[in-house]
Amino acid sequence: MIYRRIFGVPGWEARNPFSEIENMRRQVDRLYQGLISPYARPAAGVFPLINLTEAKDRYMIRAELPGVSSDELDIQATANALSLSGDRKIPEEKSGAKYHRRERESGRFSRVISLPGEINPDKVQASLVNGILTIIVSKAEASMPRQISVR
Amino acid sequence: MTDSKEIKVKEKQEVTTPAEQTIPGLVFTPEVDIFETDKAITLLADIPGVKPEKLNIDLRDNILTITGDVDRLEAADEEFLTLEYETGRFYRQFTLSEVIDQTKIDAKLNLGVLRLSLPKVAKAAPRKIAITAG
Repeated sequence: MIYRRIFGVPGWEARNPFSEIENMRRQVDRLYQGLISPYARPAAGVFPLINLTEAKDRYMIRAELPGVSSDELDIQATANALSLSGDRKIPEEKSGAKYHRRERESGRFSRVISLPGEINPDKVQASLVNGILTIIVSKAEASMPRQISVR
Repeated sequence: MTDSKEIKVKEKQEVTTPAEQTIPGLVFTPEVDIFETDKAITLLADIPGVKPEKLNIDLRDNILTITGDVDRLEAADEEFLTLEYETGRFYRQFTLSEVIDQTKIDAKLNLGVLRLSLPKVAKAAPRKIAITAG
């Protein structure tokens, strides 16, 4: 960028072999993004995967946590983030059981979810139904949209 | 307390069913544990979001089919900011090699985990038949 500005040579850009590759890479990236999902999908790489939605007065966080009971979950809230941690336990079956498949995983997990706006940490509700955790977070008064009436 | 490992993140496995769907939507393979004892085969499947009434377990000709539908939870006024997992139907089929006593199949759904107990047919066990006086 700086180079181009200093030298100002017309056609310099076209002769730069890297710009071609860069363009191609960007096109491929765009292609992939379109294939996967219409929404931005940041690869968090941390268990559990979450879905975050926003409504006028609240944020909703959902996660699939089958087999995790509510007393094995720990949720903490700060002004703009939530931390979610727990332990998924799979009880040992009685001896003599021969396993054919073992795909379900057990272990600890912990994840911090930062929210795009300020929240009210006192108004956080969590429920666990059929293995799905739903956390309802109220937005802070200051970050809620205000209706302004026109006179 | 034993030192437990950390769970690694795994993408949900999407599948294409052999039969074409009539209802459009995504289909996923649930993760399962299957173990066998002398008396029974037990299957555990992770099917988060499936209500008991939306779960269908079918056993015919030694083919076990598990189908579970997941309802959308998002309200109309919610807008997605992050979508890391998608929901849809859970579907998986197994061929059972053992003969299962169909009358004694037991299914429990707790915390989004299905526990299916498939007792084997007792081959040599004497059958007691209760007789009621009429």
